Amino acid sequence: MIQLEEVTKRFPGGQEALAGLSLSVDKGEMVFVTGHSGAGKSTLLRLIALIERPTSGQVIVDGQNTSRVKRRKIPAYRRQIGMVFQDHKLLYDRTVFDNVALPLVIAGMSYREAGRRVRPALEHVDLLHKEKQNPATLSAGEQQRVGIARAVVSRPKLLIADEPTGNLDPDLSIEVMRMFRRFNEVGVTLLIASHDIALIDKLGCRRIELDAGRIATPNTDPDGWDDEGDWVTVAQSGEDPEL
Amino acid sequence: MTGWLSRHAATAVGSLGRLVRQPFSSLMIILVIAVTLAIPASLSLVVRNAQSVSAGWDNALDFSVYLQRSVSEADARSLASLIEQRADVESVQLVTAAEALAEFREQSGFGEALDQLSENPLPHTLVVRPGSANTSQSIVLLQEELDNLPEAEAVQVDTEWVQRFHAILDILRQAIVIGAALLGVAIVVIIGNTIRLDIQNRREEIEVTKLIGASNAFVRRPFLWSGFWFGLLGGALAVGLVFYGLFLLEQPVARLAGLYRSGIVVMSLTAREALAVIGIGVALGLAGSWLAAARHMRRIEPR
Repeated sequence: MIQLEEVTKRFPGGQEALAGLSLSVDKGEMVFVTGHSGAGKSTLLRLIALIERPTSGQVIVDGQNTSRVKRRKIPAYRRQIGMVFQDHKLLYDRTVFDNVALPLVIAGMSYREAGRRVRPALEHVDLLHKEKQNPATLSAGEQQRVGIARAVVSRPKLLIADEPTGNLDPDLSIEVMRMFRRFNEVGVTLLIASHDIALIDKLGCRRIELDAGRIATPNTDPDGWDDEGDWVTVAQSGEDPEL
Repeated sequence: MTGWLSRHAATAVGSLGRLVRQPFSSLMIILVIAVTLAIPASLSLVVRNAQSVSAGWDNALDFSVYLQRSVSEADARSLASLIEQRADVESVQLVTAAEALAEFREQSGFGEALDQLSENPLPHTLVVRPGSANTSQSIVLLQEELDNLPEAEAVQVDTEWVQRFHAILDILRQAIVIGAALLGVAIVVIIGNTIRLDIQNRREEIEVTKLIGASNAFVRRPFLWSGFWFGLLGGALAVGLVFYGLFLLEQPVARLAGLYRSGIVVMSLTAREALAVIGIGVALGLAGSWLAAARHMRRIEPR
């Protein structure tokens, strides 16, 4: 689903966010990306969402080489990907329902047609009873669930999430992760940036740890989670990982 | 197609709702647009009315034929009735030398000085009113013919000032066109600036919408509709202002018409012209919002 080949991202000023990173995520996988802030987690997700372009190397998403996606085609490309953000990025001038309907409306669906998809999505995150409220009146956990409903309402094959539990307490974090799990069970590929290693290990998903823009080697892992066995680092050559 | 229409309708209603939720600032902008449109519209109405009132003057203007001093009053009288029979003359009025002197004495205040004169220095005068079927050329011909009569001393034509007046009106009309074009640019700038501020205020919203896959066209659409509404409402209010101005002028014009004993009818905006004012408002609104949106929307990308 996602292949990175020798991807380097250098910002103006010479700072390298990614340094020759290669990795691969299979269809139907649920993978976490961890690492210190500044390790390149966000940059990785931003390259996949085409918010940034790599300085060199290739990012291939669902068979599409993103370097060949023209500027004009970026919106259509982004519509194939569900995105969840740490700060929710909801629109506070409209209702929960309208927030969740937005990706469908953008895609050109009529309002009524969209409604038939929005309600199940809201039901999934258990917020159907709050569809008419303004997201500002909801708790942080509920707002994040609205964000998740919005990310999945157009039924993307790939969902990327940047610190989705960053602002949530442990109970809410588990709930959010369970939701992701359920999407994964119906075939959605997930790539989640997170620093909540304890939670990730509970879920037993593959974990890719980044350090200074490349895959961290187990013995440099500062947290010492190197030998738990439930995550695998990927060789820098970009080979597919073996679980 | 119906989906496209209903989406546009939803966006249109949404944009209108946004204007309504900020009634004060929206009203200010609409008022500025309305006044800016109403000024050239009402000025051109004034010019057009002046033209229509003065249009008859060219052809229906009286002119005076001063006769030779040697012509007697009886000869003058028969000449007057002779001229009056011409097809291109509506009426001829004889002002005798005595009448003219009496009038002059009354109006000039030289009464005593005139008493010193031994004889009346004024000639008899024929005031000729040409028929209304005349063109300006045929009037010139008529004047030349009368000037060539042996009894005539001189013909005094007063149409020059009418022609000057018309020339002034023409200049004024063109000045209004130029002024209207400048004001149109002003409206585009005003609306463009308003939309630009709106775009900046909604920067975050635009970024989020683009992040989840909205195209430039999609994020531009509500702003174009805002420009449309500003133009439409501003244009409609401009038409309202013009009609209100005409309503206020109705009484004074009626009084003036009474004084002239003429049926001066003020020409108002026709339905087509009123629609044109509104249409120009809409076009300028769209142009302004398009310029602002095209310029600023591209720059706002998710960070």
